[in-house]
Amino acid sequence: MKEKLLEKLALKFGESAFETSEFRNELTFVVPANRIVELCRFLKEDPDLEFDLLADLFGIDMYTPHRRFGVIYNVFSMRNKFRVRLKVFVEEENPVVPTVTSVWGTANWHERETHDMFGIVFEGHPDLRRVYMPDSYEHYPLRKDFPLMGIPGSIPLPKK
Amino acid sequence: MGLEKALGDSFLLTKLEDAINWCRKNSLWPMPMGISCCAIEMMAFAGPRFDSSRFGSEVFRFSPRQADVMIVAGTTTYKMAKVVRKIYDQMPEPKWVIAMGACTSSGGIYRTYSVVQGIDQFLPVDVYVAGCPPRPDNLLKALMVLQEKVQRGESKGTEPGYLSDVPLNAKQPANI
Repeated sequence: MKEKLLEKLALKFGESAFETSEFRNELTFVVPANRIVELCRFLKEDPDLEFDLLADLFGIDMYTPHRRFGVIYNVFSMRNKFRVRLKVFVEEENPVVPTVTSVWGTANWHERETHDMFGIVFEGHPDLRRVYMPDSYEHYPLRKDFPLMGIPGSIPLPKK
Repeated sequence: MGLEKALGDSFLLTKLEDAINWCRKNSLWPMPMGISCCAIEMMAFAGPRFDSSRFGSEVFRFSPRQADVMIVAGTTTYKMAKVVRKIYDQMPEPKWVIAMGACTSSGGIYRTYSVVQGIDQFLPVDVYVAGCPPRPDNLLKALMVLQEKVQRGESKGTEPGYLSDVPLNAKQPANI
């Protein structure tokens, strides 16, 4: 399955289009933000690959000057029983990643949660509201520079 | 009736206030504010094994308008705090609050941005219950402590003078 996948990707996107790494038989591709939808659609719709399940989608804060935020996609092919991990990194100033809701519907809430916790904007998302925090909240709790106990007074409590 | 036989031609004397409080303390209807796992123990508290009906408190009311005491059972997040307060505000006076469990009383293990570190930041709490979760017997004990408070005419969340002529702050509660 791995050879077939790499071969197909090379054929479709060209040799070494993505940074590829392997660890304990797990394949990981680092993908530029502008090609993620294209790649996801190919992985899902190619009849030999059929990565039909988006097992998880989440954010990461590397807290580095460059490529600070990442979005990670764990995709699984039910028929081939094969997993692939995709990573997209974006800059702190402009954390925008195109949405993959058009490929996997389940990405909708995953992307909302990632947006809620990291402030990553998913361009083209049909309904990018917060999931956990109040709508008026101005901070992103899972960012590394967010204090554990929160920002005092940032969420108002009812009067006693 | 046994009472007439025991008293004969004599009679009992008491203050109206004491008699009313005696009635109140033996019919404390809880509003089950079951937010997380403590609620399971709260259900056991009302169930046949622990049987809070022995204390007149088995009638769980899912409408705040019919409840006397709110048992806040579970981790209260900032987002939930508004809801808890809104329900509390709908309860008729006199009213009491039991903070059940570590999370409700102090935030517990959730020392984090999303959890209120003790519901006494936005609610007047009468009795705190320790435990994670507290056993139903522990909640029964809290109810008994609350009954003593009710008999004394004390309520943190009720306007002074509502339960007795003496303002509440004038008589400090005995150590509980």
